[in-house]
Amino acid sequence: MSESVLYSVFLLVSLGSIAAIVLYVVSKKFYVYEDPLIAEVEDLLPAANCAGCGSPGCKSFAEKLVTTEDISNLFCPVGGNDVMKLVAEVLGKEVAEKDPTLAVVRCQGGCDVRPKTTEYQGPRSCAISAMIYSGETDCQYGCLGDGDCVTVCKFDAMYMDEATGLPVIISDKCTSCGACVEACPRDIIEMRPKNKRDLKVFVGCLNEDKAGIAKKACDVACIGCSKCQDICPKDAVTMINNLAYIDPAICTLCRKCVEVCPTHSIIETNFPPKKVKKEAPKVEAKVESENIKTDA
Amino acid sequence: MLKTFPKGGIHPPENKLTSAKSIKKMPVPKMVYVPISQHIGIPAEIIVNVKDKVEIGQVIAKSGGFVSSNVHSPVAGVVTKIDKIIDTSGYKKQCIVIRTDAKNESNFEEIDYPLKKDITMEPKDILQRINDYGIVGLGGATFPSHVKLSVKEGTFLDYLIINGVECEPYLTADHRLMLEKAEEILVGIKILMHALHIDKAIIGIENNKKDAIDILKKLTVNDSGIKVAALQVKYPQGGEKQLVRAILNREVPKNGLPLDVGVIVHNVGTIFAIYQAIQHNKPLIERVVTVTGKKLENASNYWVKIGTPISDLVNEVGGLPEGTRKIVNGGPMMGKAIKNLDVPVTKGTSGILVISEDEASRGEPKNCIRCGECVDVCPMGLEPHLLMNLSEKGMYEKAGSEDIMTCIECGSCSYVCPSHRPLLDYIRFGKTIVKKLNTVKN
Repeated sequence: MSESVLYSVFLLVSLGSIAAIVLYVVSKKFYVYEDPLIAEVEDLLPAANCAGCGSPGCKSFAEKLVTTEDISNLFCPVGGNDVMKLVAEVLGKEVAEKDPTLAVVRCQGGCDVRPKTTEYQGPRSCAISAMIYSGETDCQYGCLGDGDCVTVCKFDAMYMDEATGLPVIISDKCTSCGACVEACPRDIIEMRPKNKRDLKVFVGCLNEDKAGIAKKACDVACIGCSKCQDICPKDAVTMINNLAYIDPAICTLCRKCVEVCPTHSIIETNFPPKKVKKEAPKVEAKVESENIKTDA
Repeated sequence: MLKTFPKGGIHPPENKLTSAKSIKKMPVPKMVYVPISQHIGIPAEIIVNVKDKVEIGQVIAKSGGFVSSNVHSPVAGVVTKIDKIIDTSGYKKQCIVIRTDAKNESNFEEIDYPLKKDITMEPKDILQRINDYGIVGLGGATFPSHVKLSVKEGTFLDYLIINGVECEPYLTADHRLMLEKAEEILVGIKILMHALHIDKAIIGIENNKKDAIDILKKLTVNDSGIKVAALQVKYPQGGEKQLVRAILNREVPKNGLPLDVGVIVHNVGTIFAIYQAIQHNKPLIERVVTVTGKKLENASNYWVKIGTPISDLVNEVGGLPEGTRKIVNGGPMMGKAIKNLDVPVTKGTSGILVISEDEASRGEPKNCIRCGECVDVCPMGLEPHLLMNLSEKGMYEKAGSEDIMTCIECGSCSYVCPSHRPLLDYIRFGKTIVKKLNTVKN
């Protein structure tokens, strides 16, 4: 009895020590030197592996940061300025500071305002239906509603609104990695600067058709009337191909354009509700402001 | 035993409803919408302005490069608009809108020219005219014909193959053309043989068009150069590579052209267009279109001016029947559903197919059961189920190395899949990405 126990103990111990010796020799023989800085920098990065920086993952981005001399054009959108500052301290290199950005959906053409004129039967993927034709509605610039952007979002920051059929971005979760911008075949999603209270004013439409055609396809389409351009005190609005675009670098968020837009295609988000006249019940105003928030 | 290609292929119901209907002339439309991009390659450049008067057959958009083609005015009239209109691609594209001049007699002239057999033009001039007269492959792919015919000196070339297969179900345009214009087509073949300096041509026809085979055989009895080959009925017999394999037993290399094995393939419709261009000075401004569908009252074949809105064609056959679900530009296998009835007929429109509710549904996709049907039917010897998965999962480099680019998009795999998987949709998508990756690499 005791003999068999001793025998197996002896066998295992000798097997283990042989393996240990082999492993030790191999690890010495095939040792690859890796800059310890890489591991240090990698620890600082958010480990999201989202590829928002352009590298396939955080590890390869860390390598790039360590090996590249001038890292002023490298940026981790998820970590933002805070992380980049820490990286700069560790590496002793200069990094550029960028304003934080946030993705916005530039299409408001939900099912209720943009009627379907055809039915699509193929696989539910925006990339494929965009390859086949201009989409189920008469607007060939708007959201296709198959949710490629939601599929690629690694941060659960997007979902498809069932009522409208449009994607919704949850501002708190969005890391502005840019995956959705890449995935959208229509370039509907844009990165816009995020200020302290996340106030935004932007044109929620990409329709370049002439007024009549655009309006027929979608109730909230930009019809290219130039009213917003005329009223803008800072010349932040440009009109190209019947479509207004608000330059976020110039816009001062005065919201004059929002008021004049006849089709309500300019979106404002997260502004406090306007002062309501005394006659109007307060509850309604609250509901309105919430609606605006979910639209963001 | 009739000839055919060895690997794959399917037998969809033929449904050639209009094979006995002779080609009628479509009334001249009041307005024509002529897209400038009716061919594969660079779009043509518009050379007319709004309010310009145009003559029938006048060049209105000039070829934009080597792989491009001139576009001619199909009617005499006035340019009313140059605008973006949804065309067969499903997107809004530049389009020249012309209002037909009802007083101009040239619009209503009969096209039945007397047969002209003597070929007087020099080979070089023939190729130049094919280029000038906007002739593109009328089988559906609309590849500019002069590109196919520009053979570098010293290239091995011994056969001209004429594609009269028309393997798509429902379509009968080429069939009727072969019956009604057989002699003209033979002259057209001789023109091309003269231009290419070759003395052998074979017309490939599927055996379900026995009358066409008989007529052409009778006419070529004493002709040592032109032969008629009856082929087994099998889809996609009309694919270039399949046709060359079936008739000459030559394998076109992957990513290669029939010219690599000494063959040039042209569709019978193209041959007739070349005949008209050379012998009667007529550019490509009209073509035969089969308007068909099980529920249509007067399904038939028509001579249609390029740019005629499809709504005109549908009205001509008695309007849309109740329960219409889909209207397809082309045949049911490779055609593409159109977005609305304002889409104009282009050089590539071989048929308009009106499909009702029960035929149109695609079925809910289920999981792949690994039955291997798609592998069996693929005429190119690919593994469609694998290519679809690679494309769906975004593994494009692997898809490229699995020869996704050799797919001819015949749709046989999607047709036989018992799980209704959208195989071709994903493969086609994968092809576009792989193509992009390849161009970046080069």
